[in-house]
Amino acid sequence: MFKAAKEGPAKVITANDLRDGLVVFLDHDGGWTHDIALARVVEDGPDLDQANAYAKAQHDARIVVEPYPIDVEVKSGVPVPVRYRERIRAEKGPTIVYGYDEVAKLQQAGGVKRATGT
Amino acid sequence: MYRYDEFDHAFVNERVAQFRGQVDRRLSGEISEDQFKPLRLMNGVYLQLHAYMLRIAIPYGTLNPPQLRMLAFIARKYDRGYGHFTTRQNLQFNWPALKDIPDILGHLASVEMHAIQTSGNCIRNVTADHFAGAAADEVVDPRPYAEILRQWSSLHPEFIFLPRKFKIAVTGSERDRAATQVHDIGLHAKRDAEGRLGFAYYVGGGLGRTPMIGHLINEFVPVEDLLSYTEAVLRVYNLFGRRDNKYKARIKILVHETGAAEIKRQVEEEWARIRDGALVLPQDEIHRIEAYFAPPALAAKPAASVKLNAARKVDPQLDAWVAQNTVAHKTPGYTIVTISLKPIGGTPGDATAEQMDLIADLAERYSHGEIRVSHEQNLILPHVALDDLPALHQALAAANLATANAGLVTDIIACPGLDYCALANARSIPIAQRISERFADPVRQRDVGELKIKISGCINACGHHHVGHIGILGVEKKGEEFYQLTLGGSGDETASVGEIIGPGFGYDEVVDAVETLVDTYLKVRSGPEENFLAAYRRLGQAPFKEALYGAA
Repeated sequence: MFKAAKEGPAKVITANDLRDGLVVFLDHDGGWTHDIALARVVEDGPDLDQANAYAKAQHDARIVVEPYPIDVEVKSGVPVPVRYRERIRAEKGPTIVYGYDEVAKLQQAGGVKRATGT
Repeated sequence: MYRYDEFDHAFVNERVAQFRGQVDRRLSGEISEDQFKPLRLMNGVYLQLHAYMLRIAIPYGTLNPPQLRMLAFIARKYDRGYGHFTTRQNLQFNWPALKDIPDILGHLASVEMHAIQTSGNCIRNVTADHFAGAAADEVVDPRPYAEILRQWSSLHPEFIFLPRKFKIAVTGSERDRAATQVHDIGLHAKRDAEGRLGFAYYVGGGLGRTPMIGHLINEFVPVEDLLSYTEAVLRVYNLFGRRDNKYKARIKILVHETGAAEIKRQVEEEWARIRDGALVLPQDEIHRIEAYFAPPALAAKPAASVKLNAARKVDPQLDAWVAQNTVAHKTPGYTIVTISLKPIGGTPGDATAEQMDLIADLAERYSHGEIRVSHEQNLILPHVALDDLPALHQALAAANLATANAGLVTDIIACPGLDYCALANARSIPIAQRISERFADPVRQRDVGELKIKISGCINACGHHHVGHIGILGVEKKGEEFYQLTLGGSGDETASVGEIIGPGFGYDEVVDAVETLVDTYLKVRSGPEENFLAAYRRLGQAPFKEALYGAA
């Protein structure tokens, strides 16, 4: 049953999707979401044990790969991972722009530089 | 370059079909992740921080235009439009879906590429000097012997489950551009007084958490004995290398614990047993493989290009790029061009599909269809006529590929770090970008001169920080990113492991610290001809330590 997360330290379950490999979080309905804001927030104890057991079953059922719980701090109702590594995972990509966006960024920077003569 | 024969084609295609079956069985539940993981790793498939990652072998860093175009095609169709060239002359895609990987491998097989043995405890992609076959200072083109080693080591049944991964690098010049002394086996191809071909044989080098410089265990292994000697080394390692502790399982630890002299004795005892057996390389087979790497027919040209020299006089950017990004070719009138994948503020080693397509076109037009990947994460056009440099520069500049920084402070090696890698403790790429931006001024860069900065996001040292003139190692300290600096490392023929200069720096401090080191070097160098490494070797840590931390 859905309960609003209490502010403060808690846990969410994360994994990678088996088929596309992308980062997912266990949600309230037993599904998996890419958005940590929609993740099920649990506390240590029976809730966490149950969530871990469910996630393990989802691993065995070939939905996700190697689920594990992470520490989060709930702020304004949204879980924020404690470890920097998990914050990067929750952001769905690297902290830097990449690919075409990077080329566009660099070309813009180069253009600005040329325009100002620096 | 080497072309697959029928056997190679059949072998790679069978492997693709086999992996397709393995992926199907994983997705249908016939095999578990525990069973699947070693199988996917043997095909270069990792599960990284955000997604799967596919590592594709580029043997000895040599690519042809159809292969590079295929990488571009895969980047567009199956990934996010770009790829990452690595310090092992491989290419990594960061976002492939598992279900698509068999198709990707099928496409790769069609251009004679694969991802076999790019992971796992086996003999990995054999790397070589990226200027091989072109450099003016080269004695022997190392690639035919790298290819022979590749064929011998591919699915070698005895060496598929070694104690740990195993990396071989080959060079054929006095100037070691392949970092051979920090590989499990480093080979330096040379000729003896009678003109016979052989290899100086180094064993037990490596980086990672216990960096070691390789030991020369044989001054000259004749070419016909290359495989028997290497097999003897692998047998000694396979038998005695530690399997109880992953962190002590590399051959460098075995050599260190046993002693190089005793390892040599064991190797040569085994070698004596197998030397005259099936592994003797027949001369005609050596010549057959060498023929694949015959230099292109380059038309005779004057040593200097009037056209280029005139263009350089009126175009300072061309002039700076030619000065910095080209090196002497063995044929007069030609040069070797480094295409920098280190634009100021960019991700070291990344190239978009469009850039790959463009470079493939330019290689056809200007470099006799040859492209190389350097372990310094740049691309190389090895056979360019001096007359063609102005047009080539113009085409590269339009695609942001003409940064004139080869070998300079902004030509930084960086591993993917915590932005992509599941093992990393700290980010590497943004550190590289911020250092690059700090030193963006081309005049300042040229004043600083040759300076190799190498950044790793964890102790595994994929960014080769131990052999950076300035090495940067990212660690996690109390949940924060923290960076240790090492000075005085070098991966060339004077290989040395860098020394930690003192306490590390936070994410926001490390770029200032690097700038302090560079400014200190500028103050203390004997003159512009003394580069950072030479100044450090002459003066030691003291002036740098004082500049960073104050007088003791």
